[in-house]
Amino acid sequence: MTTRIDTRFAELKKAGRSAFVTFLMAGDPDPATSLEIIKALPKAGADVIEIGMPFTDPMADGPSIQAAGLRALKAGMTLKKTLDLVRGFRKDDNATPIVLMGYYNPIYIYGVDKFLADAKTAGVDGLIIVDLPPEEDDELCLPAMKAGLNFIRLATPTTDDKRLPAVLANTSGFVYYVSITGITGAAAADSTAVSEAVARIKRHTKLPVCVGFGIRTPEAARAIASHANGAVVGTALVDALKNSLDAEGRATSKTVNAVAELTASLAQGVRGAQQAAE
Amino acid sequence: MSIAKNTAKPNSYRSGPDERGHFGIFGGRFVAETLMPLILDLENAYNEAKADAAFQAEMNGYLKHYVGRPSPLYFAERLTEHLGGAKIYLKREELNHTGSHKVNNVLGQIMLARRMGKKRIIAETGAGQHGVATATLCARFGLECVVYMGAVDVERQQPNVIRMEMLGAKVFPVQSGTRTLKDAMNEALRDWVTNVHNTFYCIGTVAGPHPYPTLVRDFQSVIGNETKAQMQEVEGRLPDSLVACIGGGSNAMGLFHPFLDDPSVEIFGVEAAGHGLTQLHAASIAGGRPGVLHGNRTYLLMDEDGQIQDAHSISAGLDYPGIGPEHSWLHEIGRVNYLSATDDEALAAFQLLSRLEGIIPALEPAHAIAKVMELAPKRPKDHLMVVNLSGRGDKDVPQVGDILKGKTK
Repeated sequence: MTTRIDTRFAELKKAGRSAFVTFLMAGDPDPATSLEIIKALPKAGADVIEIGMPFTDPMADGPSIQAAGLRALKAGMTLKKTLDLVRGFRKDDNATPIVLMGYYNPIYIYGVDKFLADAKTAGVDGLIIVDLPPEEDDELCLPAMKAGLNFIRLATPTTDDKRLPAVLANTSGFVYYVSITGITGAAAADSTAVSEAVARIKRHTKLPVCVGFGIRTPEAARAIASHANGAVVGTALVDALKNSLDAEGRATSKTVNAVAELTASLAQGVRGAQQAAE
Repeated sequence: MSIAKNTAKPNSYRSGPDERGHFGIFGGRFVAETLMPLILDLENAYNEAKADAAFQAEMNGYLKHYVGRPSPLYFAERLTEHLGGAKIYLKREELNHTGSHKVNNVLGQIMLARRMGKKRIIAETGAGQHGVATATLCARFGLECVVYMGAVDVERQQPNVIRMEMLGAKVFPVQSGTRTLKDAMNEALRDWVTNVHNTFYCIGTVAGPHPYPTLVRDFQSVIGNETKAQMQEVEGRLPDSLVACIGGGSNAMGLFHPFLDDPSVEIFGVEAAGHGLTQLHAASIAGGRPGVLHGNRTYLLMDEDGQIQDAHSISAGLDYPGIGPEHSWLHEIGRVNYLSATDDEALAAFQLLSRLEGIIPALEPAHAIAKVMELAPKRPKDHLMVVNLSGRGDKDVPQVGDILKGKTK
């Protein structure tokens, strides 16, 4: 099984650079604007697109992404509409990998098998589910692999060498290294610690390792991208989106550009980095 | 959505969970990877402590001399006469130090935290009783204490906020989401994931990721074990029925668990029906279905998209859209009957018990009393009914006073 994620990382390896991975919440600030934003990302330099599935109780997210989820829910976003969003994006782009990220309950309620089938048809390539550790692989990870979707696992500073093999066992696509113990949008880790952690993970797997949490600027993105196969930025993009909204939280004429411009400058940062040593 | 229902009766209702923390389909460990290593450590530490006679002996010492156990099993003579049926006994958990059953569990968890070398304790609280118990034991053992409490609950349970602060705890009013217990739990989980290296999360109820539902149940089972011995002493036999209120369900599980394999004992859990089951309420079994939140699969209040819905109860301690996973299992296999009481029924029970027995109950167990008012008259005079009086009502007096004034105006 080769997904768009595998293909994209193989291309990037050939090109000798790391991936720029963006995160935005599906339906933020409304479904139509959200689709426009996501469509604008590849041109602005996003190599992989993560799309958040809104949830009322995002236990691992900081205030910015919590608020983004609530804006989306308020605008009527549902898991079904998130899949519609992906379908809309796929009309014009059949190459950029799409990863859905979120929490398990909405998927469980949608029905695991139906969700996997619908997600695959819509053009989703991978899933990151924060509250499904390897101990719960039967729930979604194994069925997702069977359905031809990558299940991308989070590794964290608390994942020690003894535990890493269990975390990596059923991981595919790439490994997402959470650079700090904490929630999204918190302070950044220093790049030395990140470089050591990435090297440690790479001793256990051949998969690309992308690093996220705490990256806000092109400089930080470049520093991380020189140590890893990809840098993930979420909160900074969500904040740029939010700052472009009007007082009632509605999209303005600036919203799509605000996100695209920051994406472009972060992408420049990533492209300025040397490819991480294999 | 179909639920894999296991209708076969198990040999014992007390053998769960399995090694992965499942009670039937319920329970489990649905947490972020950052927390997983710590949760596995906690499980090991708990298994070692359980097997260590010195741990048990030390805990029993504190239960007796610091908490004030055993709590009395009191024959509520005037309530019994008034209702004209079953003989009603109150298990007086409100007489424990700190005023509720919460201290039983907190003592156990703080002793575990000490064993694991953790110096910083965090907790979520709804009514504030768990927060007060945690602040108390942190003061007693010289540990840093941080309590997350929904901003709405901070308002309606002021006396407990002041108590926690006097005991040296830092109370954070949580402004996210619905600003009640579920959001306090989200915020506590966010703190834990950030400070996992030095922090112990003291969960207040029989919910959360495995092993919490089990260890909280075990620490609370002192309630049921004492009740069994006390009833034997007074009446020479088992009770015929048990009644307890349920938010997450720790006081109920503590009373019920030792009796689950006694088939003659009828068991009733009482959820909070708020304004009524067709309106805003907090009755997850009556009005919810299985889903995944806060580390476990259990009955939850949610919409068709799996988004968690606002719970409502007059009682901050029951104002939670979920329930402990073992309760969900006991419901599905039919061992426990889950009922519900509205805000108004709880208020009436609050006043009745105050006037008849001179005991002001917390609004939480007032829900249990409300169902006793329905169940007791339908049962014979030799029927022995035990209700868990899980907390005292001092914290609720200002709120209930305001409501009653508003109503009588």
